[in-house]
Amino acid sequence: MKCEDLLKAINEYVDGDIDPGICKDLEQHLAGCNPCKVVVDNVRKTITLYKAGKPYALPTALRQRLHKALAERWRKEFSQEPSRRRTRRR
Amino acid sequence: MKAPDPDAEMVRAARTGDFAAFEKLVRKYEGPIYTLARRIVRDRHDAEEVVQETFLSAIEHLKGFREEAKFHTWLVRIATNHALRVLRRRRSRPAVSLDAGPDDEGPLPHPEFIAEWRDDPQRIIRQRETRRLLDEALEQVDEKYRLVFLLRDVEGLSTEQAARALGISVANAKVRLMRARLMLRELLTRHFGDERRRLRPDHDHDAPGGV
Repeated sequence: MKCEDLLKAINEYVDGDIDPGICKDLEQHLAGCNPCKVVVDNVRKTITLYKAGKPYALPTALRQRLHKALAERWRKEFSQEPSRRRTRRR
Repeated sequence: MKAPDPDAEMVRAARTGDFAAFEKLVRKYEGPIYTLARRIVRDRHDAEEVVQETFLSAIEHLKGFREEAKFHTWLVRIATNHALRVLRRRRSRPAVSLDAGPDDEGPLPHPEFIAEWRDDPQRIIRQRETRRLLDEALEQVDEKYRLVFLLRDVEGLSTEQAARALGISVANAKVRLMRARLMLRELLTRHFGDERRRLRPDHDHDAPGGV
């Protein structure tokens, strides 16, 4: 097996979604190929970093606008008042 | 076995007309959906529009939500639809397809900067500039690769679900995901890799025992 073959199978390998026979070949390659070992480790860490990254907070103005628009749409869709009303009737 | 949907109870309450339950779901996901939208459309105002349209569509289709997918997956698919619409509108080519281009079959992006990272991801995440760095790397990755990566690796959809959301084949999604992962690895490793322990790429050798 060559490094190129490892690259082609890297998705399945890091996702643990690989035929056991091919997996054995890959592991044998990795045991003797330090650059490939580091690449696999780098890919895993790249995914971890993106997966665990913090989401952006919604800008306050958008949040207010959003919740108001949703309450209005809810009223139409369910033809009833939202259970948490913001406006009071005079 | 599919893992149960952590939102199932809240979704059921919302479907019976409980707006407070729906608002709780909105609060839980508005940040992640906004982040996804920003990373797809790369414009704050367009991302705001995508967020609003996503949750409005969710209300509209809530009664028809059959719980075949998790609520989060369903929401990501709605958001992706709206974000793709923005991208298409921007190109002013209404029917542009994101599907296969010949560059899906070009040579693989070979790793050039290979080095162990100086820090553990768990520590890197806590650093202030990390999110900016992650976004800057994403921006350098071609749109079609970036989209699959966002849906599959960031949002946690399966490859099949990501392919369906983008209207591409599963085979295509797999190739694009691999390219995205390799490109992002390259970019992040240039940043987080330990220069002193850099290894030379060795594309053609056969490993001992691997022959």
